[in-house]
Amino acid sequence: MSVAIESNHYEQAFAAAGLDQGPAWLTALRQTGLAAFAAVGFPTTQHEDWRYTSLGNIPKTPFRPAETASVDASVLEPVLFDDDRVDRLVFVNGHYDQKLSRIDQLPAGVVVQSLADAIAADLPLLAAHLGQHARLDGHPFAALATAFVRDGVVVHVPKGVALERPVHVIHVSRPGAEPALVCPRLLLVAEESSQAMLVETFLGTDRGPHLVAPVAEIVAGENAFVDHYRVQHESLETGFFGLLRIQQARSSNVQSHLLNFGGAVVRNEIAAHLAGEGGNCDLYGLFMPTGTQHMDNHLRVEHEAPHCDSREFFKGILDEKGTGVFTGRIYVHKPAQKTDAKQSNMNLLLSPDAQIDTKPQLEIFADDVKCTHGATIGQMDEDALFYLRARGVDARSARSLLVYAFASETVEQVSHPALRTLLHEAIITRLPHGVDLKELV
Amino acid sequence: MSTVTDPLKQWENQEYKYGFVTDIESETVPPGLNEDVIRMISAKKNEPAWLTEWRLKAYRHWQKMEQPDWHNVNIAPIDYQAISYYSAPKSKKDGPKSLDEVDPKLLETYEKLGIPLHERAALAGVAVDAVFDSVSVATTFKDKLHKLGIIFCSFSEAVREHPELVRKYLGSVVPYSDNFFATLNSAVFSDGSFVYIPKGVQCPMELSTYFRINAAQTGQFERTLIIADEGAQVSYLEGCTAPMRDENQLHAAVVELVALDDAKIKYSTIQNWYPGDENGVGGIYNFVTKRGKCQGRNSHISWTQVETGSSITWKYPSCILIGDNSVGEFYSVALTNKRQQADTGTKMIHIGKNTRSYIISKGISAGQGQNTYRGQVRINKGAENARNFTQCDSMLIGDKCGAHTFPYIEVKNSTAHMEHEATTSKIGEDQMFYCNQRGIDTEDAVGMIVNGFCKEVFRELPMEFAVEAQKLLEVSLEGSVG
Repeated sequence: MSVAIESNHYEQAFAAAGLDQGPAWLTALRQTGLAAFAAVGFPTTQHEDWRYTSLGNIPKTPFRPAETASVDASVLEPVLFDDDRVDRLVFVNGHYDQKLSRIDQLPAGVVVQSLADAIAADLPLLAAHLGQHARLDGHPFAALATAFVRDGVVVHVPKGVALERPVHVIHVSRPGAEPALVCPRLLLVAEESSQAMLVETFLGTDRGPHLVAPVAEIVAGENAFVDHYRVQHESLETGFFGLLRIQQARSSNVQSHLLNFGGAVVRNEIAAHLAGEGGNCDLYGLFMPTGTQHMDNHLRVEHEAPHCDSREFFKGILDEKGTGVFTGRIYVHKPAQKTDAKQSNMNLLLSPDAQIDTKPQLEIFADDVKCTHGATIGQMDEDALFYLRARGVDARSARSLLVYAFASETVEQVSHPALRTLLHEAIITRLPHGVDLKELV
Repeated sequence: MSTVTDPLKQWENQEYKYGFVTDIESETVPPGLNEDVIRMISAKKNEPAWLTEWRLKAYRHWQKMEQPDWHNVNIAPIDYQAISYYSAPKSKKDGPKSLDEVDPKLLETYEKLGIPLHERAALAGVAVDAVFDSVSVATTFKDKLHKLGIIFCSFSEAVREHPELVRKYLGSVVPYSDNFFATLNSAVFSDGSFVYIPKGVQCPMELSTYFRINAAQTGQFERTLIIADEGAQVSYLEGCTAPMRDENQLHAAVVELVALDDAKIKYSTIQNWYPGDENGVGGIYNFVTKRGKCQGRNSHISWTQVETGSSITWKYPSCILIGDNSVGEFYSVALTNKRQQADTGTKMIHIGKNTRSYIISKGISAGQGQNTYRGQVRINKGAENARNFTQCDSMLIGDKCGAHTFPYIEVKNSTAHMEHEATTSKIGEDQMFYCNQRGIDTEDAVGMIVNGFCKEVFRELPMEFAVEAQKLLEVSLEGSVG
């Protein structure tokens, strides 16, 4: 983009989009986001948290809120799993598409609807939770996304209800010629002793400059169980900057899985707060940059209460000129005695031009804790390759098979069988010479 | 000019064994820093014009810099104009030529510290280049080393006697513009040690220096330069204690190591400067830039440090592995007690092929101490088959302290193998029970367990240092368990 961007471009776009209209709490929230973004602007690599991620042309590109578009149902085909037993919400360019969506009869008291509908219906849950958990300082893209929040998904599971059917949210990007900004929102509130599974899939169809900034807030009440997935297949011209904020009460259990395949510059920030005793938080991730893709994972787990467990388990497979970043921070507050926190980041470099920067960090203020972190960077095990070659597997397939074995470990944790199969296939398709592999596996 | 601290204060804080002030006349420039002060320092030391210019260049650059704030420590603002940048013990005009000429009061100070210079030199076979504040007062074993062609002298002497070597290597590892404190040091460095080991020579004894910070309000700006020529080997020891002060004293030293083909340098430090009292009053600010350059093929640089003192320690002894097959090592024990803070670690920059680095860091936090490991391992594009292993373990004693780990791992070459491991734990109740049950009281047991925890690092220390280090840890931990 050679077009010079005006310094108050986003203020102008904000006014032009009519985002100053709506309920008072909502406009106040948007204004807070706009002010927070205006205060810091786009981060540069001078910033310690953004040291390894350069935004390239993004700050210079005049993104505007994306217009709605129509897509054919067949586009969704590759990302669907167990379709008959899944509730599906489809968004195109961030706008809810009712025709492609399908929500079955929900148990009493359960809310699964688009944010725009919830705002129109004045759902009381929104004012209490939306934007109340995700912090905007230190997350400039979340601030921008909050300013332009318009649509997304709201899920509310009341006390004691287990949501049997998984909720599948599909975000289809269909950018036009103009640089478009999409800010999908997710609010998932699981009340005491409830259970929910939610999958977010980001699917890029066409090329075109696109900035996607999803903000998700997951609130797990006492003893609640939440299983969250974010599968990202955006186009290779997309900037993807997500924030996932997890708030956990006593004895709650949240699992999150991030799988990154697409995007040009991708960054996923996770901020998990274990605020009640005995909470458990497991974060799994897989990132596979290739070409010139850049993928950044920025995690922070806050142990605020005693007896909580957390796991971070991220794997990177970097090919061609792909670059990856892992920053994980476990922060153990003074009262969080008996914390058990583990952090692991393993990386496989497949090409001489690939690059990985990893910062596994611990900050500990309580003395009776068990915290470990580990990071490895390496290549294919030559002995394992030899073993396979000796058994008649050709070099190319053997290589693919080993990479697949490395990657699939992150997907083994997926409890839903159909989704697990789908993700295994996504990995295989992504691997160099994956087609040969299909026969072997 | 001399200053005497309040004797009552000394009584209150007497647990710090080495806290005393030697009352000798020292020549101190008035506090403040400007180009004239730098010219004066340079003139006092009869430095050649190029060095004066180098200092001024650094000073001008420093004026444009700001004190960095990315560290994980709390520092009270430092008034750089309130520091006196030069202090030399007043003695005979041309400096002492042997021990007999050294001011007896100085020698007495060393006695109190347990370093009987002559005895130690004779018994332990250690050549001590004792640095008292800023000027070297005695250098022993010089003749013996001289026969081998080894140059071991004060920095000022090296500037006079071997200007070509100093000029070639000064700032070649830590350039004058490197960082805030190194730049300050480049502008005002007072004295330090200079070592040159010629081709193929193995230094027959451990070289060592004792630093002391003595005159009040005198920042000490040491500059050490060690060069090991092709095939040379040297082991250098540095040990420190400092007298008690109520004001924070700034210590911003620079150490540069250069290892050419097949050379090996081993640099060991025990740092036991005054850590401040329970409330964090007083104590030394230890902001040091230490860096080694493995310039030649198969060169080897090893850093070992035991950091128990200082109110704030902020240092990262680093290795730049340029030569193919070069090796960098870092072994560290950092202990923070009372209100001490440490932000320390290493940098391993892999540039050459088949370079290897090895990092073992042990952090112990007690009292209200905050201990941070910060380390960078960087594998550049051309560094084929680079290898790194990092292990950083932290131990917490008590519930008011903190332990933090911030590794930075940057890999730009796919043939790299690197592993990083970190753990944080406390002394197990079962371990304590086992010791107590066998009649070992809690305090001794803690000392024992901590020493075991640090064994991997102590093993790397030269013999007499290892013994001292173990004692030091036990002393430093006193009062940390209730």
